[in-house]
Amino acid sequence: MSLLSIRNLSVRFKTAHGLFTAVENVSLDVEHGEVLAIVGESGSGKSVAMLAVMGLLPWTAEITADELLFDGVDLNSLEPKARRELNGGSMSMIFQEPMTSLNPCFTVGAQIDEMIRFHTDKDKQQRKQLALELLEQVGIPDPQKRYHNYPHQMSGGMSQRVMIAMAIACSPRLLIADEPSTALDVTIQAQILELLLDLQSSHDMGLILITHDMGVVAETAHRVAVQYAGQQVEMQPVLELFEHPHHPYTAALLSALPERARRDQRLPTIPGVVPGQFDRPQGCLFNPRCKFADDLCRTTPPVAAAADRALTLCHYPLTHSPEQAHE
Amino acid sequence: MSKQAILRARNLTRYYAVNRGAFKPNATVKALNGASFDVFPGETLAIVGESGCGKSTLARVLTMIESPTSGTLEIEGNEIALVGGKPPDELRRHVQIVFQNPYGSLNPRKTVATMLEEPLKLNTDLDITQRRAAAEEMIAKVGLRPEHADRYPHMFSGGQRQRIAIARALMLNPKILILDEPVSALDLSIRAQILNLLSDLQDEFGLAYIFISHDLSVVRRIADDIMVMYFGKPIEVGPADKIFENPRHHYTKALFSATPVADPRRRRQRIRLVGEPPSPLSPPPGCAFAPRCANAQADCSKSEPPLVSRGSVEVACFHPLD
Repeated sequence: MSLLSIRNLSVRFKTAHGLFTAVENVSLDVEHGEVLAIVGESGSGKSVAMLAVMGLLPWTAEITADELLFDGVDLNSLEPKARRELNGGSMSMIFQEPMTSLNPCFTVGAQIDEMIRFHTDKDKQQRKQLALELLEQVGIPDPQKRYHNYPHQMSGGMSQRVMIAMAIACSPRLLIADEPSTALDVTIQAQILELLLDLQSSHDMGLILITHDMGVVAETAHRVAVQYAGQQVEMQPVLELFEHPHHPYTAALLSALPERARRDQRLPTIPGVVPGQFDRPQGCLFNPRCKFADDLCRTTPPVAAAADRALTLCHYPLTHSPEQAHE
Repeated sequence: MSKQAILRARNLTRYYAVNRGAFKPNATVKALNGASFDVFPGETLAIVGESGCGKSTLARVLTMIESPTSGTLEIEGNEIALVGGKPPDELRRHVQIVFQNPYGSLNPRKTVATMLEEPLKLNTDLDITQRRAAAEEMIAKVGLRPEHADRYPHMFSGGQRQRIAIARALMLNPKILILDEPVSALDLSIRAQILNLLSDLQDEFGLAYIFISHDLSVVRRIADDIMVMYFGKPIEVGPADKIFENPRHHYTKALFSATPVADPRRRRQRIRLVGEPPSPLSPPPGCAFAPRCANAQADCSKSEPPLVSRGSVEVACFHPLD
């Protein structure tokens, strides 16, 4: 059985201008010990989908799913108390902005301690012992001293390490990391990613990595889900995704990367912008920006292809290389 | 040298005094501590480094928003009396800047046309119709449509806003454009559009770019020369292909290896950089990178390595890589 299994998750927000669909029919499975990356541009619904899994969305959100199971437990019908025990216990999340995710009024030690106190019945001494071990484990020098520091006394990289220490305090089986390294410098980003992967393999955790950086995906993920405007357009193992993308959006995104383009040529671009709430096109959501789109694409929304075609959400999935398709 | 440098910076420094409260003496933060470089017309100099390395301070000094503590700056051979004095307006006009965040750098209460006309109003004698015509021409050049002229910034997407910011910077026909992380706030699919626009404009106007970025894949794409900075100082300067091919400074090499590459077959063993950049209030003795450097030796923490020419690049390291 999969660790996390999602079928047709949709999230809609009630806004003053009617319902806004932020996530539409996303399906994915995460196995034990697997690293799944969710890639997409801003507004692609990648964070919202995972916040829905964690139950962290505000009341204006309307969450529907055919199946939303964590380790066999239905997350959508969970009582609030059981949900609180699950969050931070077997399932936890790290957010993008480490500096704003920590409470500025308490020392980092107190914040880690709170986490352990809530989820275990360790006594005060044991909790402090564990907190110090965690700080050590995430690579914070001088944990004894840092334990009594306030968040403003720490750098971004250090704060993110504290966030990670809190998230792994109760040995979760699933860790969701929402752009964990985006706000950090490259050398610090490399340290944080390496730390996450080390912890993931030593604890046999499932790790969901939300990112927009294709480089991070290529270096960390086992499987990749690509999202566009709230829809999941493709899901493939990482090697296959980079070599044989099936959805035209994925293919265009990859070829727009400066490092994959030839220097003497112009960068291939994707014209236009991601559709917003009021300008969602008819048919396939990507059709106005797709160079392969025809009348079918402009009128009829595509359905996801079979699993051997990477669940591609396209009428004309690319077969071998982008050049061969449609010719 | 046959080419004539359009901008020549020598030993630019910028120090800030920091008040640490009533019971501690004031400290000096050396945000920029000696940068020398040349920029040539039609070429791009990329300035690479992590946060706190002095990239943005350098941008502020070059645009003459702030005056340097010491050092000289020459634009088109005219030396500017920066220290103390106010630079002449016509030299200031030659250097324009595009900021990182297009959501914060445009005035939400002004239309696109008003924003583009404002620099002309302040600096030229053009009348209202000429100004409007110039603005409309520039709108077309950066790939926006004529009807966008009378719209407000909130009606545009991030990529379009960055086009507006670029148009505004170009209104006075500058010779040098400073691009402070111009694409890092943009989505992947938009980034390529802006990079293409920048290279078109460079060809059309013969602009010199100073491109500040931490994204090495973008730098590799557009830079002719690179200056890698660490802790307020350039530590490796030279032609981009040379440095990418064979970085000589240990920090440059670590920086390159820390950057993720979008190719799952090339997952590499990274050089693990331990620790973080030093605090500007307590700089380490000698080479600022020595505490994090795996190859640091005894002499590294005794004196600061000067920037010396080694082959086609300049490196500030006592024990550079081959």
